[in-house]
Amino acid sequence: MLEISELSVSFGAVSALKGVSLEARQGSITAVLGANGAGKTTLLRAISGLVKAQSGSVRFSDRELVGLPVERIVRAGVSHVPEGGSVIAEMTVAENLQLGAVWRYGRRDRLRRIAEIYEIFPALATRAKQHASTLSGGERQMLAIGRALVSRPSLLLLDEPSLGLAPLVTAGLMAVLADLSKGGDITTLLVEQNARSALSIASWAVVLNLGSVVVSDTAAAIADDADLRHHFLGF
Amino acid sequence: MRLFWNITLGGVSEGLIFASVALGLVLIFRATNIINFAQGAMAMLTTFIAFSVLGKGVGYWPAFVVALACGLVLGGVVQLVLIRPVQNKPPLNAVIVTFGLLILLEGLAGAIWGNSNRGFPAAFSQSGLVVGHTSIAFSHFDVFIVVAVLALVVLVALLFRFTTLGLRMRAAAFAPEAARLLGVRVSWLLTLGWSFAAVAGALAGLLVAPTSVFSPTFMDLILVYAFTAAVIGGLDSPLGAVIGGLVTGLALAYVGGYLGGALEPIGALVMLIVVLMIRPEGLFARPTARRV
Amino acid sequence: MIKLRLPGWARLPRQPLLRHLLFGAVGVAFFYVLSISLSDFNDFQLGEVGVYAIAIAGLSVLTGVNGQISLGQGAFLAVGAYTLGELEVHQSINLVLQLLIAVAVSALVGLIIAVPATRLRGPYLAGMTLLLALALPFLSDKYSSFFGGDQGLITLPPNAPGSIDPQRWLTWIQLFCALLVVVLLANVLSSRFGRSFRAVRDNEVAASLAGVHVARTKVIAFVISSACAGLAGALLVLSTGVVNTGEFPLSLSIYLLAGMVLGGAGTLTGAWWGAILVVYLPNQWSQSIANAFHANHLVGANLAVIIFGAVLIVVMLAAPAGVQGGLRWLGHRLVTVSTGPKPAGNISVTLQDQPVSKQDRDGPESDRAATSID
Repeated sequence: MLEISELSVSFGAVSALKGVSLEARQGSITAVLGANGAGKTTLLRAISGLVKAQSGSVRFSDRELVGLPVERIVRAGVSHVPEGGSVIAEMTVAENLQLGAVWRYGRRDRLRRIAEIYEIFPALATRAKQHASTLSGGERQMLAIGRALVSRPSLLLLDEPSLGLAPLVTAGLMAVLADLSKGGDITTLLVEQNARSALSIASWAVVLNLGSVVVSDTAAAIADDADLRHHFLGF
Repeated sequence: MRLFWNITLGGVSEGLIFASVALGLVLIFRATNIINFAQGAMAMLTTFIAFSVLGKGVGYWPAFVVALACGLVLGGVVQLVLIRPVQNKPPLNAVIVTFGLLILLEGLAGAIWGNSNRGFPAAFSQSGLVVGHTSIAFSHFDVFIVVAVLALVVLVALLFRFTTLGLRMRAAAFAPEAARLLGVRVSWLLTLGWSFAAVAGALAGLLVAPTSVFSPTFMDLILVYAFTAAVIGGLDSPLGAVIGGLVTGLALAYVGGYLGGALEPIGALVMLIVVLMIRPEGLFARPTARRV
Repeated sequence: MIKLRLPGWARLPRQPLLRHLLFGAVGVAFFYVLSISLSDFNDFQLGEVGVYAIAIAGLSVLTGVNGQISLGQGAFLAVGAYTLGELEVHQSINLVLQLLIAVAVSALVGLIIAVPATRLRGPYLAGMTLLLALALPFLSDKYSSFFGGDQGLITLPPNAPGSIDPQRWLTWIQLFCALLVVVLLANVLSSRFGRSFRAVRDNEVAASLAGVHVARTKVIAFVISSACAGLAGALLVLSTGVVNTGEFPLSLSIYLLAGMVLGGAGTLTGAWWGAILVVYLPNQWSQSIANAFHANHLVGANLAVIIFGAVLIVVMLAAPAGVQGGLRWLGHRLVTVSTGPKPAGNISVTLQDQPVSKQDRDGPESDRAATSID
């Protein structure tokens, strides 16, 4: 269970989040939608500790995350895949995956866990020894998500995973995400510009505009609200 | 011809010393984008500490270990106290701080041990090896230099290639934010990186001191030669630093051997200018330039 | 809020050139009075302050305004000094011409160093200038017959007109040159060049998008800085009477850098504070400090170096705007308290005013820009 209340972030005079409150149920996928500059990325960065919140709280599994350093938040079970995936291009696919697990597992468990990731993303297994710089956009995104999953997070923060991907690749990725959340262990916050595909797999959705929550409801209700779609979601 | 081979041999052992200092510069530069101009002065300090330990009559090897250990501590302390506060400031601030540290350490060493030239003992004999019936310009101590620096290089390579510590250090250097999101304690690894670099420097200090005058400024020229070597190697490639060190060592040995020792620093300056004119990214840089 | 309004006649001229000339004239009057009230030896040191102010002002433009650094400013003093020495040995020409040639030669050497180093971002210039400062003395060892070897080259002080004391005349020449250089630099900084210097320092990419030729701008700044150093070197050896490498050790470069940093990088007024430190600390103050603490002779001999090293570190960590920045901050506070906010200065420069980090803003004094001349 993720509970965010009255979370505010500002950069100098510009406030990026103005008292955002939302809840994400255990094991659900919650889509975070909105236009460019709505504060979606800032919300994720504030949860994972990359930016400091001025006020408000982020509670995850009854633990306050605001104020903790990034490394501690990661150890509390939060995995954040930033926009563009930020795979480390100078390292091989296998090394990238190792890195995701180093803090959590010893050598043997790590290798077992990485093997499980290869089952989820078979394309990565064939490229294990290649440098990440040689991967395609879709493969990079898979690697980034796989790397985030290696440590068995209980909260997964995904920032625009479909950015720059072909529609078919996006569909495949969304199917994998939907599959992952079926186990009920992972709570996912999915930030997307591509609202349509995000809503297709999410059970809940939150729409942000200019740093504030406009509406928060079930994904189906939001997908059905033509007015909302027209004004904030662009489809 | 004999002269040529003797000069070459001298160039190799000099070059490996440059390589070990350059390796320290590169380890720090690629992780923090800072050139540590105090790298040589820190090595000078640890070597003087070894000098004092030797004065207590404990023998060479304990002093050797003490110097490396002091390097480990000194590097970490310098990073924590002086570098961390300027890490996110304009790069110029870090240049000034490391340069200030260079002169501060030289002043302190002068105040403690004096500014006169002294002698520092070598681990092994410095008289030339005898091959066949002729003595060559390569001593047991030169063999030790080669072995010690190669051991350092192999250790660094093993660390980065095969250990998770090395994996995390590389991640911290290449992509600090992504690394933090994977639970890597980046700031602590940067401190550790400075420690390792200072150990490489401490080793270089112990290797240089017996072969030159030993005074608080004895690492100054070594530092700028190592800088030349690191630039030739591309500034962020450890392998490039080693090759750059050998290239610089050989080139300066030929300049010194055929044109006179006083021209070595000018030779290094010319090399630096030529390399930056012709191939500014270094001769051995990675194909994809990360920084422009 | 109350604004301080001065009557028209009491306000500074709006034209930068006029304003800078006015400051120059005030400086001439000030130094004239100061020098005639000083003894011979103090005259000598006053002249040195002027000389080092030239070198530090050049460095300040390079580092504070353009964001590059020279760790070997002393080497360019040596170039200027040896040029003047050679001219004295081989030709007897007019002093003004000698100084101009010394400036030209050191500017040329600066050009040779700067062109390759400034093509890239990063510490190349710093490393190359450090190498230059260490390498140059070896050149005079190698070609000792030309450079005079250990004895060096002898220079004669210029002939003073009439009954003026020769030392005092030299001091006047040195101080006049210093004021001239500072006025010229102030004009450069308020011109198009000054704006592109700052633009390149703040953000090279943005500067090049705005049409500034980044590499050329960096080279120009470096050449200006080395020309200043060359002039300083030439003026310096007029009063020491001899040019040899002992006059230009690496520590000179360090002193100049520390003087620049302490005075406040990018401020021409700060250069004078730095110059005072460079003249008086190694020669007099450090000995007095060592004596006061009954330190042994080794500490006394190394104290100046230790203090300069500590100054570089402490100023960078605690107050990157230096003395001049601190004074301005203080002045700003006082003015703000009494009359409300003061309009921003004409030329704002610090090492610090670019937002490099999101998380890490600096202390109050570093946010205040330090003005080059005001």
